[in-house]
Amino acid sequence: MSSRVLIIAEHDGTKLNASTAKCVTCAQGIPGAQITIVVCAVDAAAVAAQAAQLSGVARVLCVENPANRHALAAVWAPQVLAIAAPFSHILGPSTTFGKDLMARIAGLLGAPQVSDIMAIESATRFRRPVYAGNAILTVESSGEGQLVGTVRTASFQAAAGGGAAPIEKAAVSVELPTHTRFVSVSAARSDRPDLQTARRVISGGRALGSAEGFRILYSLADKLGAAVGASRAAVDAGYAPNEMQVGQTGKIIAPELYVAVGISGAIQHLTGIKDARTIVAINKDGEAPIFEVADIGLVGDLFQIIPEIERLL
Amino acid sequence: MKRVLVGIKRVVDYNVRIRVKPDGSGVITDGVKMSVNPFDEIALEEALRIKERGLAEEVIVATVGPADCQQQLRTALAMGADRALHVQADGVVEPLVAARALLKLIEREQPLLVILGKQAIDDDNGQTGQVLAALWNRPQATYASKIELSAGTARVTREVDAGLETLDVDLPAVITTDLRLNEPRYVKLPDIMKAKKKPLETLTLGALGVEQRQQLKLVRFDPPPQRQKGIRVTDAAELLAALKSKGLL
Ligand SMILES: Cc1cc2nc3c(=O)[nH]c(=O)nc-3n(C[C@H](O)[C@H](O)[C@H](O)COP(=O)(O)OP(=O)(O)OC[C@H]3O[C@@H](n4cnc5c(N)ncnc54)[C@H](O)[C@@H]3O)c2cc1C
Ligand SMILES: Cc1cc2nc3c(=O)[nH]c(=O)nc-3n(C[C@H](O)[C@H](O)[C@H](O)COP(=O)(O)OP(=O)(O)OC[C@H]3O[C@@H](n4cnc5c(N)ncnc54)[C@H](O)[C@@H]3O)c2cc1C
Repeated sequence: MSSRVLIIAEHDGTKLNASTAKCVTCAQGIPGAQITIVVCAVDAAAVAAQAAQLSGVARVLCVENPANRHALAAVWAPQVLAIAAPFSHILGPSTTFGKDLMARIAGLLGAPQVSDIMAIESATRFRRPVYAGNAILTVESSGEGQLVGTVRTASFQAAAGGGAAPIEKAAVSVELPTHTRFVSVSAARSDRPDLQTARRVISGGRALGSAEGFRILYSLADKLGAAVGASRAAVDAGYAPNEMQVGQTGKIIAPELYVAVGISGAIQHLTGIKDARTIVAINKDGEAPIFEVADIGLVGDLFQIIPEIERLL
Repeated sequence: MKRVLVGIKRVVDYNVRIRVKPDGSGVITDGVKMSVNPFDEIALEEALRIKERGLAEEVIVATVGPADCQQQLRTALAMGADRALHVQADGVVEPLVAARALLKLIEREQPLLVILGKQAIDDDNGQTGQVLAALWNRPQATYASKIELSAGTARVTREVDAGLETLDVDLPAVITTDLRLNEPRYVKLPDIMKAKKKPLETLTLGALGVEQRQQLKLVRFDPPPQRQKGIRVTDAAELLAALKSKGLL
C-alpha cells in the first residue's frame, strides 16, 4: 500500500525552517510514503532547492504568487487546497505557522486533523499528547478520505540532506481573499541559537526577578552556546519576551541539555520539555516539582550558583 | 445589533493532576473539578471589554456538548455575558462538528466578531477557530495578544514563534486568544445569582442540521513514559562534573 504525503514547507522566503525536515522524517514513518513538499512563496527557487536536498523527498512543488510573501493562512490554504486532491496525508509542523495553517486546510477539506503527531503506528494510526502531555492518545482514522496532521517537531529528528528531488512549478489559479493583511512582525533578532533547534537550553523562571536578572542567564548561555527560554510567569512579568516561553502554550522543545533555573516545574511547563535528553534543575526549594523530572538537581540560590558555574567553565 | 460570539468549552480544571484510567479508555473525570477552558475565559473577558468600550452591544456565549456544560455557561453569564446558547451533544464532538455547529449559530446571530480559545487544554487540538474561519470563509487571527477594533476591521497582534506579528482583518472575523491578551475578571457572588435569570437557550445538533460524525476513533489512552529518577548534587563544581561525565560538556 502506498500513501501520497504532501508536506507544507515552513520558510521565511529564503531559508527552509528545520521543522520541515522533521515533518519529512515523520512522513517516512507512513508505510510506502511518497513524499512531496510544496513551497508557497513569491519566488520559491531558493527554498525549493533546500527542500529538494532532503533525503526521502520524491518531488518539490512550487506555488508562486505575489500574495505569498507572508504566511497568511487564509491566503495559503486555498492554494494548497488546489493541489491537495491526489494526496492521502497533508502534513505541516506543529509550530505557530503550521497550527494556524493546517487546521484551516482541514476545514476547507472537511477532513479530520490529528494535531501534534508524536508517533506513527500505521497510515491510519497515530499517537499524540493530550491534557498537556499527561496522557498519550492513540487515534485512528477510517482510511477513507484525506487526513491532515501537524507534526510535533520535538518527536522527530531532521531528515538528512544529500537528496536531489525534481522541482516543478504548479500552476494554481484560485481567487485569493484580501480580507487578511499583514502589517508587521517584530522579531527580536538574537545571535543566540534558535530555541526550537538548540542542543542546549537554559530557561529562567519567576525567580530571576527582572529583565536585568535574566542577564546572568544570557551570559552563561553565551558561554555554553545555549539558547535561552523562560517560564510563563517570567514572560507574563515582562522579564523575557513571549517567543521565549517554553511549555504547553509556548514552545515544545527537545534539547540534549535543558537547565531550569528558578522554575518550579508546573505541569504546563514540563509539557514543553518532556523530550529533553537531560534536565538539570536549580532551585532553592528542594521540594519543587521540577526535581521530580530532573536528571540532575541542585538545591540552592541561583544568584550564587549561576555565576559560580560560569566562573568554573 | 453588534454582537460578539464567544466559544466556551468545559474542561478538566488546569490544576487537576490528570490520571489515565487503568483500562486506557480515557482519563479519570469522576469527581474531578471542571472549569471553563482558561483560553475561553480570556475570550469572554475580551468580548466584555469590547462591549464596555461601546464597540459591541451584546455578548453571546455558546457551547457544544453534554448537559453538564450548562454549568460553564452559567459561569460565563455570571462573568457578564448577556445570553447563552447550548448545543446539546453527547459523546465525542470533533473540532469539525463543533465548528459546523458554531457556524449555524453565526448564521443565526450575525456576530461582528467570534472569539474562541487558541486551544482547549484537554484535547489540545487547537483547531476549532481555524476550521470555523475556513467554513465561514472569513479571516482568522490566531494566538491574539492584543485586539484593536475600528470600523470594519480589527488589528490583531499575534504571538508567533518568531515574536509578535500584527495583522489587519476585515470584520466579521474569527480571533483565537493567547494567554497574555488580558486577565479575566473574578465572578462576584451577586453576579452568580443574577446569572440564573439570564437567558440560556438549548438547541440540538440535529435541529441545526449538523451531523455528529466522528472521523477519528479514540483507540487508547496511555500514561506518558516516566523519567528515570535523577541524582542530586551539592554545588556548582559537582554539577559540572556530572555533566562532563554524561558527555554533555
Ligand atoms: C492554561 C495554562 C497554560 C500555561 N502554559 C504555560 C507554559 O506554556 N509554560 C509555562 O512555563 N507555564 C505555563 N503556565 C503557567 C504554569 O502553571 C506556572 O504558573 C508557571 O510555569 C510558573 O512559572 P515559574 O516556575 O517561573 O514560577 P513559580 O512557580 O513562581 O516558581 C518559581 C521558582 O523559583 C524558585 N526560586 C525562587 N527564588 C530562587 C532563587 N533565588 N534561587 C533558586 N530558585 C529560586 C522557587 O522555589 C520556585 O520553585 C500555564 C498555565 C495555564 C493555566
Ligand atoms: C480524547 C477525547 C475525548 C473526548 N471526550 C468527549 C466527551 O466525553 N464528551 C464530549 O462532548 N466531547 C468529547 N470530546 C470532544 C472534545 O470535547 C472537543 O469538543 C473537540 O475535540 C474539539 O477539540 P478541542 O476542544 O481540542 O478544540 P480546540 O480546537 O482545541 O478548541 C479551541 C477553542 O474552540 C472552542 N471550542 C472547542 N470546542 C467547543 C465546543 N464543543 N463548544 C464551544 N466552543 C468550543 C473553544 O473556544 C476552544 O477554546 C473528546 C475529544 C477527545 C479528543
